[in-house]
Amino acid sequence: MSDVKKFLYVNRKPPHGTIYALESLEVVLIGAAFEQDVALAFLDDGVFQLVKGWNTEELGSKNFQPAYTALGDYDIQKVYVEKESLEERGLSEDDLLEMTYEDEDDDWAEKSSIRIVSREEMAQIMRDSDVILSF
Amino acid sequence: MSAGFYEVNGKQVPHDEEGYITNLSDWSKELAEVIAKQEGIDMTEEHWDVVNFLREYYDEYQIAPAIRVLVKAIKKKFGPEKGNNKYLYELFPYGPAKQACKIAGLPKPTGCV
Amino acid sequence: MGMLHTVNKSPYSCNTLQSCLSHASEGDVVLLIEDGVYAALKGGAAAEMLSSAQGVRICALSADVKARGLDGRLIDGVEVVDYGGFVDLVEQTDKTQAWL
Repeated sequence: MSDVKKFLYVNRKPPHGTIYALESLEVVLIGAAFEQDVALAFLDDGVFQLVKGWNTEELGSKNFQPAYTALGDYDIQKVYVEKESLEERGLSEDDLLEMTYEDEDDDWAEKSSIRIVSREEMAQIMRDSDVILSF
Repeated sequence: MSAGFYEVNGKQVPHDEEGYITNLSDWSKELAEVIAKQEGIDMTEEHWDVVNFLREYYDEYQIAPAIRVLVKAIKKKFGPEKGNNKYLYELFPYGPAKQACKIAGLPKPTGCV
Repeated sequence: MGMLHTVNKSPYSCNTLQSCLSHASEGDVVLLIEDGVYAALKGGAAAEMLSSAQGVRICALSADVKARGLDGRLIDGVEVVDYGGFVDLVEQTDKTQAWL
């Protein structure tokens, strides 16, 4: 299919203080129906969206973190997380949610969607995308 | 439909203008039967398989799956003779995701307009 | 009795905390709420700003800490308080300044 475009959703906001993170997630879920080549990027405070262990009970809002782990079902296989953004915040890959997809070309083996990339690689990923949606 | 109530065992359960229940915790098997009846559906074991599956999916991921995701997941769990659009539309003629979610007491699936 | 300062922005996207700390005096309380709690994350660049604040009591709101998966991951010296504790802080101080 020649009309498949490379979509990149760029996430730069923490999860709870504003509506951006939830809106981005909703757009990703809706957009998945269009069967484009979709990738997610998490940088700056956006990396906080993937820090595991949310407990929103006391806050009294819905915990939408489990929805990130459903993205594999929606054929999202590329989740780029910027290394420098993690390090500045004292975080590493071990602090992040497990996000997986099943690889059709490899007997449906479960693989991690998360790819830690440098700032330089992230810039290249942005340059290589056809459409960028920023949240 | 306008917003109102389902009557279950003499209790009133509020729903929105499309028939989705307002408080997810109000759901019960009896309520599911009531919603199904209103939708013109007689709940069979096959209907329950889908409804129960949706509830489990929601419990795990906190979202109602899109139809494409539902079909794929049903196929994985119950096999290809059930995991296809035709079978699911026969069970839920007005849209498996939409109608089955309503019966399962879940919110309308994201992206379902 | 000092002043209560609340900070609700992430120190990694706004200079709110920095500005607050440079205006806070000895005996004041800084309460981190909403995205402000990220400042207290152990190992983060912003945590140093907090640990070098002299004579200022640093607190973080429990609901916001837990919602972000930061329970048990804050630097030493930060007191986690619940909503009731927030009210107590308001009562114990002369006035409140909300840094936005």
